[in-house]
Amino acid sequence: MHIVVCVKQVPDTKIIKINPKTNTLDRRSAPAILNPYDAHAVQEAVKIKKVLGKGTISVLSMGPPQAVAVIKKSIEIGADRGLLISDRAFAGADTLATSYALSKALERISKDMPVDLVICGKHAIDGDTGQVGPGIARRLDIPPVTNVIEVSEVNESEKRILIKRKITNGYELIQAQIPCLLTVEKEINSIEYSPMPNMIKAARYEPVIWSVNDLEGVDRTQLGLKGSPTIVGKMFTPPKPEGGKRLEGNADEQIQQLMELLNDKKELLQPNSNK
Amino acid sequence: MMDEYRGVWVFIEQNEGKIEGVSLELLGAGRKLADKLEVPLSGVLLGYEIKSLTREIISYGADQVYVIDHEVMKDYRTESYMKAVIQLAEKYKPEIFLYGATSNGKDLASAVATDLSTGLTADTTMLDVEVEKRLLEASRPAFGGNIMATILCKKHRPQMATVRPKVMKAMDPDPDRHGEVIEEAITLKEDDMRTKVIKIVKDVTKKVNLAEAHVVVAGGKGMGDIQNFQMIHELADTIGATVGGTRDVVEAGWLPHEQQVGQTGETITPKIYFAIGISGAIQHVVGMKNSEFIIAINKDPQAPIFDVATYGIVGDALEIVPKLIKEFKEARERGGEMSYV
Repeated sequence: MHIVVCVKQVPDTKIIKINPKTNTLDRRSAPAILNPYDAHAVQEAVKIKKVLGKGTISVLSMGPPQAVAVIKKSIEIGADRGLLISDRAFAGADTLATSYALSKALERISKDMPVDLVICGKHAIDGDTGQVGPGIARRLDIPPVTNVIEVSEVNESEKRILIKRKITNGYELIQAQIPCLLTVEKEINSIEYSPMPNMIKAARYEPVIWSVNDLEGVDRTQLGLKGSPTIVGKMFTPPKPEGGKRLEGNADEQIQQLMELLNDKKELLQPNSNK
Repeated sequence: MMDEYRGVWVFIEQNEGKIEGVSLELLGAGRKLADKLEVPLSGVLLGYEIKSLTREIISYGADQVYVIDHEVMKDYRTESYMKAVIQLAEKYKPEIFLYGATSNGKDLASAVATDLSTGLTADTTMLDVEVEKRLLEASRPAFGGNIMATILCKKHRPQMATVRPKVMKAMDPDPDRHGEVIEEAITLKEDDMRTKVIKIVKDVTKKVNLAEAHVVVAGGKGMGDIQNFQMIHELADTIGATVGGTRDVVEAGWLPHEQQVGQTGETITPKIYFAIGISGAIQHVVGMKNSEFIIAINKDPQAPIFDVATYGIVGDALEIVPKLIKEFKEARERGGEMSYV
């Protein structure tokens, strides 16, 4: 089985700082990391390969040359090989143009080795859209299953897979034909410590880098900024909430004030009138 | 060519014959856009044996409801729903098409946008139109939520967006509202489907879903350790609230991931949100700042959580929370006034 995992390099939003003067992201303040959901996607591929006893895991990323770091990280988790598509032509892509470029790379990959399963993280923590995975599935015309919390069974000979998909208050058990595309939630697995041989392999590994010229049948008008129907119109600071009011006094006095305030807000606690 | 596209559409998400709250909220938001653009507002309803829901959709503001009722569409599946939505959109050409930013709404909208080669803005929290250019202004938090970005789709139609639940307001339903129901046929065969929903399992162990909770008590690393964190559970139990936590708390194993509030967890807008021992890192704040009434309790007077809190208490959570629990318990005994169960 050939599994391709799509990964993205993102700034670590946990420690990123905003420049208060310009209201923009201070990228230097945040280290670039493998998108956490994608780490779980790689881990799941490793798990599936282990259960089947054989297979190949390729990771695919799009980004600037330094994004090879997330491919090396994926090798550390247990991927067999990785490649990065990197070209100025891809820059400024929104989700539509991103899924186009990645699907072209996937087409090229599957020419050498047919792809059975594509796994993506649920979303990237910088853009937070979750739109690229399902977009790739559409372009490859394979069924997508999003929000996966468990891969219950992979039947290679019958070309089907059994998956648990998270829904609002429970899960759906879904059977899908292979090939298909999954996007995974964090709870699907826990990231295991990488064995030493993986770390050594990762340290020495040099990912293949493809430019746009390495891809076939590409319509350049669908790439990058040109191929992106959405644009950022304006940026603005959201209106501040009424907040910031501090209660005064000692702990007991503060609690009394709070109880009174909550008593005044009793109407907020009525059942939602929307339903 | 873009002039062919007219009208505002809302995808009506139903599960087992019940319309999701976010769809009704979107009818409210869509109504305003449609009135500004002077076009009809339409709902798109897919499923099996769901025609009776059209009345409700109209009562919440729709002028028209497009219905495709087919056995294959009993449960949500990307394949079948996508095909139906694309068929409708290509035939009737809406200029704006809104979906709830739920698992299914996002899944569907992403697939549809790819096939229609149009722009899709994710997780919108503000909607408006520039009437002259008939341009949807879909705004969403960017860079972890400290700044809003307005996303435009100038050259492609329909302009599509997924919208966060509990951000827009539903209209009061008017049972006397009139509207038109347009039924469409579709050719779909179960044998052509590459995915099957074998079964749907409801998690009955979860008392309340975090996203649906009216009152949330959330704790952070400031609680110290997992033993102290039990106070958060006790306070929540006392007032009938749901427990949430920060990423740190989840990573420390004090709470399961499904109870994480923030950018990599749930984005929620309860009526009341207690942030206890939570400093207010951006990635947490983006998940709760639209709550109606936010109470923050933190030792550090400089903690950024106080910037988004409606009311802040500077103090030791370990001292204040037990007292708060006691107050609520006493209040309940006095006559249930403060009981939120």
